[in-house]
Amino acid sequence: MFLPVGIILFFVLVAVFAPLVTPYSPTKTSLPEKNIPPFWQEGGSVSHPLGTDPLGRDIWARLAYGARVSLLVAVSTLALGGILGTALGLLSGYYRQLDPFLMRASDITIAFPIILFAILLVVIIGPGLINLIIAVGLVIWARYARVIRGEVLTIMTQDYIARARVAGASDFRIITRHIFPNVFNTLVVLLTLQVGFLIIVESSLSFLGAGVPPPTAAWGSMVASGRDYIVTAWWVSAIPGIAIMLLVIAFNMLGDWLRDRLDPKLRQV
Amino acid sequence: MRRYIVVRAFQAVLSLFLLSIIIFVVVRLTGDPLSLLLSDEATEEDRAALEASLGLDKPMPLQYLIFARNFLQADFGNSIRGGTPVEDLITSRIMPSVKLAGAALLIVLAVAVPLGVVAAVNKGKIWDGIARFIAVAGQSVPAFWMGIVLIQIFAVRLDLLPTSGMGGIEHYILPAFTLSLFVIAGVMRLLRSSMLETLDTEYIKLARIKGIGEGWVIWKHALRNALVPVVTFGGTYVATLITFGILAEVVFAWPGLGRLLFDGIVVRDFPVVQAMVILAGALVIAANLVVDILYAYIDPRIRFG
Repeated sequence: MFLPVGIILFFVLVAVFAPLVTPYSPTKTSLPEKNIPPFWQEGGSVSHPLGTDPLGRDIWARLAYGARVSLLVAVSTLALGGILGTALGLLSGYYRQLDPFLMRASDITIAFPIILFAILLVVIIGPGLINLIIAVGLVIWARYARVIRGEVLTIMTQDYIARARVAGASDFRIITRHIFPNVFNTLVVLLTLQVGFLIIVESSLSFLGAGVPPPTAAWGSMVASGRDYIVTAWWVSAIPGIAIMLLVIAFNMLGDWLRDRLDPKLRQV
Repeated sequence: MRRYIVVRAFQAVLSLFLLSIIIFVVVRLTGDPLSLLLSDEATEEDRAALEASLGLDKPMPLQYLIFARNFLQADFGNSIRGGTPVEDLITSRIMPSVKLAGAALLIVLAVAVPLGVVAAVNKGKIWDGIARFIAVAGQSVPAFWMGIVLIQIFAVRLDLLPTSGMGGIEHYILPAFTLSLFVIAGVMRLLRSSMLETLDTEYIKLARIKGIGEGWVIWKHALRNALVPVVTFGGTYVATLITFGILAEVVFAWPGLGRLLFDGIVVRDFPVVQAMVILAGALVIAANLVVDILYAYIDPRIRFG
């Protein structure tokens, strides 16, 4: 368990303290210093530990600032989609009249390729960090709504819900005090399992040019910027890709571990 | 059975209707659909002509009907770049994408099915370990990066395969593999766990007791039943293939729909992107319908339940 948590902690710290871990700006170009290899390669130096990109920007600096984008987008979309999905899932499970309508809406949303819908919204409302978060958050909620609703349906058959009702508890009180705490574990596991997926979504979008617009550093657009240089400067696209992979594997491992501890029922999700 | 199919088909049409409403509303919410649909060089006459053809002076419900009719007639408007009708662009790009997706699907079947079965039969042994590694890698390695690494190794270093573009069979190997990896991981994981469950059932034990050969038991009796849950996820796999198709086509400069979409993002070519999104949505909805009907054929409890 230490390895995944260590990797996550490393990237979180690097993201938070990005200005302290590197003296360079992630966006300042310097053409004389373009395509310097990482320090372990011939021609590399410790002043640019991971080398520079085709515009002479320091890769380690861009990696550190890019971690901010990846983590911020993943966490914010999860917050937005999680709140939306939990609320709608609770309502859908509790008020059975709403159920067919909400579940049909979530069916369509789940079936739809997230990346395509996000691209559409980004083309309409324009690229940007906030727009990206809204676009992904608006499609991701359905997955959580579905699972939460299923949990609520089971909980609704329990005696303590009937007793709370007999005791005169309001709907609001039953949902927030009696149902929500019982779906909380499931929610935590579900959201952790999704962080890695959302990092992949964010980096794919920025690879396609539908993410955070340049020159802001994002891991996906860093990979894209190295595409034409794989023969002469392989590290430009290789290094950010490795970062994405490490972080995603770490979150998936953490999610699996939490699932086994907190909510073995979810094993199939 | 007929009733079941009719109900399902009706739900599919309803989904398509909701999807079109969502897109219609989102576009109108942003204010001026004309500025999305026209290029910067459009003249006042172009503007007026488009405004009249979309009926933007008419009430919203009527506007929606015009919007829906245009789509049903496959009239997606003109591309912002060059003014080519979007439907012409799509027809010229559709075959390369279909071929690539077909190649990827073949790889999925050829790799994921045997590997899933072998992993379940040899649970905890070396093949199971390999399968699990592929499952983790498939869901953690970003497809676009995977494609670049494959080009680096097989095209640049080893010079075995072409780097990009469409051509003979050797052009398909790298993009189709890149596209299939995520789905391979998903199918294999699902098949492994459902195979483990199936191997534990009474009828498999009975088949063994009857003295049927182990190979026959596994590949015929068990696999057929274990594949049922995999079929259920068919629609999800179609959605995944579409998404990863875009990425694979961009990395390998494949002249298909994904590449068309990518070029559309760069210049914010809204008519192209809108048409692609609606088409993809329709495709996924159709795939889910087919899956539901197939599923009812395989498992009678569904259609009578």
